[in-house]
Amino acid sequence: MAHHRGPLHLLLTLVFILFLAFLYGPTLTIGILSFQGPDGGLTFPMNGLSLHWYANLFEKQQVGDFGGSLSRSLLLGLSVMVCTVAFSLLAGLAYRRRFRGDSAIFYLTLISLILPSILISLGIGILFDQLGIAPHWYGSAFGAHLTWTLPFGLLIMFAVFNRFNKVYEAAATDMGASRWQTFWLVVLPLILPSLIGVGLLGFTLSYDEFARTLMTSGSFNTLPLEIYGMTTNVTTPVLYALGTFTTAVSFLLIGLALLSMRLLTRRKRRQPPIEAPADEPVNY
Amino acid sequence: MASSRMSYLQVTPLVMVMLLFLVFPVLTIVVVSFWDFNAYSLIPDLIWDNYEFLLTSSVTLKAYLTTLFYALTTWLITFVLGFTVAYYLAFHIRSPVIQGLMFVLCTIPFLTSNIIRMISWIPLLGRNGLVNSGLQGMGLTSEPVEWLLYSDFSVILAFVHLYTLFMVIPVFNSMMRIDRNLVEAAIDAGASTWQTIVRIILPLCKSGIAIGSIFVVTLVMGDFITVRLMSGGLSASVGVLIHNEISLLQYPAAAAGAVVLLLTVLLLLTILFRFINIRQEL
Repeated sequence: MAHHRGPLHLLLTLVFILFLAFLYGPTLTIGILSFQGPDGGLTFPMNGLSLHWYANLFEKQQVGDFGGSLSRSLLLGLSVMVCTVAFSLLAGLAYRRRFRGDSAIFYLTLISLILPSILISLGIGILFDQLGIAPHWYGSAFGAHLTWTLPFGLLIMFAVFNRFNKVYEAAATDMGASRWQTFWLVVLPLILPSLIGVGLLGFTLSYDEFARTLMTSGSFNTLPLEIYGMTTNVTTPVLYALGTFTTAVSFLLIGLALLSMRLLTRRKRRQPPIEAPADEPVNY
Repeated sequence: MASSRMSYLQVTPLVMVMLLFLVFPVLTIVVVSFWDFNAYSLIPDLIWDNYEFLLTSSVTLKAYLTTLFYALTTWLITFVLGFTVAYYLAFHIRSPVIQGLMFVLCTIPFLTSNIIRMISWIPLLGRNGLVNSGLQGMGLTSEPVEWLLYSDFSVILAFVHLYTLFMVIPVFNSMMRIDRNLVEAAIDAGASTWQTIVRIILPLCKSGIAIGSIFVVTLVMGDFITVRLMSGGLSASVGVLIHNEISLLQYPAAAAGAVVLLLTVLLLLTILFRFINIRQEL
């Protein structure tokens, strides 16, 4: 377009850079402050440079139960991830055909996405209370997290199958592949990068979820609850160390997921989409 | 038909989760909102007292006004900011690789913890924070500015920080579907950049804007943690009131509050849903 390098472009570039600074600046700030010396406070200036607060993090008596809440959150995130991928994939496959009640279920899933989290948290809390079932992070909180991750998963699967080229499946069927073979050898490899995306989303949304965990996790805290508890009674940079550590875990996972998605798409690109059969009859 | 039986089987896990952890809990809330309670237990009943207390209290009114103020202000800022960022990405970045990279950069923070992102503002906005020492260093103020943290300002700042991405993503998605020839045609016909944006691009991403707005408005309306942390307990939104009642174990009162909140959100949604067809957007 003609106006590409005009003053508007420069202005917008500036806005974008400021936006990125706005997004990342605060996280970076606590990242730096988490390396405060042992006498350092919650704000600048830096009072020396050390790993004191990270060491502090792993001493159990100092800051509640960091190790326990971390492992609970990781385990919960992983289970939510597995179920989100499996359930969204299945539902996505179901929606490739029309069936009675499909739009009702679709809207139900949308409502789950839009409903204020506190409602779900409160509802599950009271329901379990009335049924006499003790809430647990691996029970009620697990379900509560799924109500948040599954809508995202389903929407992504819709987007994936809307763009899916049915030619590949038709070709597989023509060549004699069973339905299961078509799915396992043709469809699944093609949508694998998106499934990794769904898994990443499922894990991180669960790993960071606060509101839906609040009334559903029972007597053991997950990591976000632990961090929230710390905001009210911890006044040392150990809070920043915890925050930075948690964010680093998220970044690591995002990096891994993006990398594997990239590798998969690249491998796919290297192979021409429709290959000639390897064992073609040779003409003598 | 066999294939539709297959569909039902495939959709079963999703439906089970939604029934167990969405439908039943919400029904429970509705039922319990009519119950009586004392200091020790909930008493099954059919009374309107919870609603009567809720709807006649000035605290509720004030909380709703505060919440609507947060929602509206946050929506306005996230819309302008989100639209600008999406417009820049969609129409000013020509290389798809750089565009993708920039988009990923914008979405990564969405995958990190909200609570930590809120806490991150404390060393910046506090009395002795970076912003205040910067302002004092430049001689702009002689005393620390008090309203930076634990105020409506910091609450809205945090909302914008957390939720602008929810606007950027759907609007960007809509913009990428706009036929570039339309934009070219407008420019060829003599439209200014501003006219192109307002008369061509804006109407064509109405749906994306509506989706983004739904996210931002409902997230802000249902929030309690941001308001609580960033206002330092000085401000009460609807979510904070419900949360307070939960902490006091006054579940029926909290349930009544939740039902009214739900109705308010649904009312807002019916207005916003008029603008979109979600399944077409994917």
